[in-house]
Amino acid sequence: MARSLSFRATIVSFVLLLAFLGVWHVGTLPATGGAAATYADPEYAALMGGASVQASGLPSPGTVGETIATQLANPFYDNGPNDKGIGIQLAWSLSRVLAGFLLAALVAVPLGFVIGMSPLMHKALNPYIQLLKPISPLAWMPLALYTIKDASLSSIFVIFICSIWPMMINTAHGVASVKKDWLNVARTLEVNPFRTAISVILPAAAPTILTGMRISMGIAWLVIVAAEMLVGGTGIGYFVWNEWNNLNLSNVIFAIVMIGAVGMLLDMVFGLLTKLVTYQE
Amino acid sequence: MTQPFLKVEGLKKVFPAPSGGGDDVTVFENIHFGFDKGEFVCIIGHSGCGKSTILNVLAGLDEATEGNVFMDGREVKGPSLDRGVVFQSHALMPWLSVIENVAFAVKARWPEWPKDKVREHCLKYIELVGLGHAVDKKPNQLSGGMKQRVGIARAFAIEPKMLLMDEPFGALDALTRGVIQDELVKICAATHQTVFMITHDVDEAILLADKIVLMSNGPYAKIAEIVENPLPKPRVRQDMHHDPHFYTLRNHLVDFLVSRSRLIAMGELPADYNPLRPPVVRPMKLAA
Repeated sequence: MARSLSFRATIVSFVLLLAFLGVWHVGTLPATGGAAATYADPEYAALMGGASVQASGLPSPGTVGETIATQLANPFYDNGPNDKGIGIQLAWSLSRVLAGFLLAALVAVPLGFVIGMSPLMHKALNPYIQLLKPISPLAWMPLALYTIKDASLSSIFVIFICSIWPMMINTAHGVASVKKDWLNVARTLEVNPFRTAISVILPAAAPTILTGMRISMGIAWLVIVAAEMLVGGTGIGYFVWNEWNNLNLSNVIFAIVMIGAVGMLLDMVFGLLTKLVTYQE
Repeated sequence: MTQPFLKVEGLKKVFPAPSGGGDDVTVFENIHFGFDKGEFVCIIGHSGCGKSTILNVLAGLDEATEGNVFMDGREVKGPSLDRGVVFQSHALMPWLSVIENVAFAVKARWPEWPKDKVREHCLKYIELVGLGHAVDKKPNQLSGGMKQRVGIARAFAIEPKMLLMDEPFGALDALTRGVIQDELVKICAATHQTVFMITHDVDEAILLADKIVLMSNGPYAKIAEIVENPLPKPRVRQDMHHDPHFYTLRNHLVDFLVSRSRLIAMGELPADYNPLRPPVVRPMKLAA
């Protein structure tokens, strides 16, 4: 029965996709003669590199499909600072996200351990965490640009500051809720505190820690687009903004789809990692 | 005078009053008892008399407000590999397999051992509790009884001087409990393990224990008496009730739990009661 359920779900998904594309297609059909005339001009179309922009509105699904095909056929081309393939742009964004995320993990996990193991530190640090957590990471951008004086490093800092909170809070929570019995087992076996942390607390809290990392990664991927729109230069966020300035909505839509796809892949990776360390009681 | 293997002197435990107000609670005080190497001692008493606290103090997991515990001539301060603990809730680590759980303890006991030796040692104790077929299973694939056996194997595997068990079979069904009790009898007979165990089950105490420590109700719980088991070893669960002394002993214990534990808490102690030397009794059927 389960198989037939997923089969039916796939069919519904496809029907919804077709309906969406259908509505989109009908909505973007050239309605007036004037628009059709613009469209019919082959020179203009050639000028726009195949991704012709209709004066009246959004590109049709066909146009966007063509854009996706051409972009994906050559993802790593580099025609100068304002025209790079999507692969290069995504690689920039991903590398910034990973750098900021890893830095955050280096700080958040050990600090989360301390907060989770020491009620004193929990009480002492909690007000700061509660105060810093709700700050939009982009609000740090001016301060980062002023002190770091480097656009790329500043966006890494913004990723760092937004990924740190879910990881830290989840690590602290996971560490604090390790079963007392397991710790008592380690105590009666005279296992030293460091080994207890590595071989009992870490595996016990790992699913919670990884859930925190998954949330952090999700937020980081949301924030990098906005950060790169602000600082410019490279990255998927800059790509979106640059194509908007070029009025190439077809490329903007393509970028949106790619941001979604990469975000989904990142989430899947963390989903798999979480599954690896999850244990059944 | 020779010192007993384990000696408990003047133990007292006071739990501070809850922050909302009220008075401090003295769970027990003036607890004195001792036992010898190789003895199996059960402690019986109603909930709230502080049995678990005494066991945790012996384990070094909890600290008494007053008093001392000596084992083998040395004071018990903090947890030690000399005392193995079987926890009521088995306390297996769910991310480790059966053998890894046992190996965790064995590696802590003998960190210098090579892998092969650790594995061999673990297998010996896993087979001792009859789980040779489930070595690589994770705890969630095991039944409650099997999990508890792993807990027992883990505690035995470090070859402690004393084994502490906090109601190890409390959460098991009667049938499983019987099977594991029989295994425990066999293992203890083979290893001469010194055991201190909490139980609520009178029949379990009669089957396993050489000495049964009876505690009156808390607060201010006392050791009412120490009962010596008159039934000869080896005791067999199926037919120990045919022993002439069985019902005398059983009735003595049940009477204690039903009424005397409460009466003693209300102050009805024998005139010559001395907490330093709780009375030792050996309930036997009088010759007709």
